[in-house]
Amino acid sequence: MKRLPLRLLAAALAALVAVPTLAPPVRAELYIDVRRGNFQPIPIAIADFGGDGEMAPKLAGIIAANLSRSGYFQVLDRGRFPENPSFNAAPNFGAWKGTGAQGLVVGRVTRDASGRLRAEFRLWDLMAGQQIVGQQYGTDANSWRRVAHIISDAVFSKITGVGGFFDTRIAFVDETGPKERRRKRLAVMDQDGANVRYLTPGDSAVVSPRYSPATQDIAYMSQPEGRQPRVSVINLETGARRVVGDFNDMTSSPRFSPDGRRLLIALQDGGNTNIHVMDLASKGTTRLTNSGAIDTSPSYSPDGSQIVFESDRGGKQQIYVMGADGSGQRRISFGDGSYSQPAWSPRGDLIAFTKQRPGGFAIGVMRPDGSNERLLAEGFHFEGPTWAPNGQYIVAFQDPGGQSGGKLRMIDVTGRVNIALPTPSFASDPTWSPLLGGGRAGQ
Amino acid sequence: MTTMPNARRAALKLVTAASLALSIAACSSTPDQLAGGAGGSGGNRYGAGGYGAGGAGGPATPGSARDFAVNVGDRVFFESDSSDLTSTAVATLDRQAQWLQRYSSHSFVVEGHADERGTREYNYSLGARRAQTVRDYLASRGVPSSRIRTVSYGKERPVAVCNDISCWSQNRRAVTALEGGNS
Repeated sequence: MKRLPLRLLAAALAALVAVPTLAPPVRAELYIDVRRGNFQPIPIAIADFGGDGEMAPKLAGIIAANLSRSGYFQVLDRGRFPENPSFNAAPNFGAWKGTGAQGLVVGRVTRDASGRLRAEFRLWDLMAGQQIVGQQYGTDANSWRRVAHIISDAVFSKITGVGGFFDTRIAFVDETGPKERRRKRLAVMDQDGANVRYLTPGDSAVVSPRYSPATQDIAYMSQPEGRQPRVSVINLETGARRVVGDFNDMTSSPRFSPDGRRLLIALQDGGNTNIHVMDLASKGTTRLTNSGAIDTSPSYSPDGSQIVFESDRGGKQQIYVMGADGSGQRRISFGDGSYSQPAWSPRGDLIAFTKQRPGGFAIGVMRPDGSNERLLAEGFHFEGPTWAPNGQYIVAFQDPGGQSGGKLRMIDVTGRVNIALPTPSFASDPTWSPLLGGGRAGQ
Repeated sequence: MTTMPNARRAALKLVTAASLALSIAACSSTPDQLAGGAGGSGGNRYGAGGYGAGGAGGPATPGSARDFAVNVGDRVFFESDSSDLTSTAVATLDRQAQWLQRYSSHSFVVEGHADERGTREYNYSLGARRAQTVRDYLASRGVPSSRIRTVSYGKERPVAVCNDISCWSQNRRAVTALEGGNS
């Protein structure tokens, strides 16, 4: 192979920049439709990267772990490789046929004198005998894990047709200590559990975190000892925390609008709770519900035109949809049991929820009109669904009860994935960030 | 938690109806048993919610936080997903109202709690609703609402931890905790 369709990039100051290949998009055989559940995971080989001896094996390892954890790929054991593929030459397609692998990822990573990383990769369709994507990224050395996640996203989205989700973080409530007086801190980690950071010191109990769409802020409920919980916002770069608004009573259950300019909050009014929207620039607040009940857990549709929320106005918790101005409130959940914590998928096609029945809890999805309800995971206690930015995966937390505590689990909308996500201690109330790169990878 | 015999329930209703006419002295002869029935000796085991000026374990000096917790009963319990006051709760709150009017220098906080069989955000609102119900009732019995603060803990502060109703029923509660004044 002489000239491979990989364009080099003169990365300047941008932290992470990708230039896609100029090769025409190919979607021959290396493709699975993951919107239905009846597919087999794609066998794929992830070769060790060439170049920097320290970084190269780490990158390949993270990519392999990501793709394997997604449930949609079967990563080929290295011992079954028929060759040690090179970055700058086409693989021996005939030799790979016997392995069953349909895709092959090869790559190279180098560090320049200033420590900057340059990472390149190619995804080969082993059946069609052609490269289907090749990209290069430049970044500072501290972001090496992100490079692996961005490459994972590019591979994932090229083969599934669904957007990536590996270059993301998950914020959650870290819980330690006895259940009667548990310390609850806001924490954040990469979606694979790496790079855990604690964002609050534990002086106030923190619950219900929600990422802003620009990934710079997290809104959450904060409760100092003996005081009402208040919705607060932390800036992830500066660490600055501030209480949102100036209300006498409890504020709870925040959620940003898709454009990040507004914040939905639930505001206590005597024995009732109503949903309000605050314009974050002007601080002007508008009441959206007034039903003499508990209306809470609001979530915007991805276009910002509608809001899904829960209310016990009919006697027990059910899911309702309304216009973003509060108009046209209508119930959409009608199955047995009660429904709560609705979360509108970033893809717009589904609403995830928590369901409670006498036998236990479940995480499920339904269409925005309430039809096609499907339960994806069940347990003694299961709550708090949050969507991956691609609308394909959900993280929620499961709690066996007693002195034990919550642990995060990742579920997919087909119901075939249900795996634990590692956290240092008990963990609850996950909130999944958008793609950190703003969605460049995997489009 | 023990169930109260029907005869005592009936008696409680009478006490409730006549509560305004009862003297403190007359009241103080029954509460030891009542507190045990309603709270599983809550005052002894769990303290006054962490705010008691006298603190649990101190002497039950008349007018002290311990007096309130042990001899009056500092907490009421709710049915699942409900903020309605039971007849037992009404009786307890009537005694609380009398005590709080007699020892009028106390300000206090009503803490609303939910059990763990619910989702987090809803349980915060449910705890707030329970605390508000208690606040409104005490105000209706003559306790100035300016002395009453409310706070919800949702399901975050259980007093009993296990996986069955014996614990959940103790956790669905509103606790009246003294936080200031002479005691």
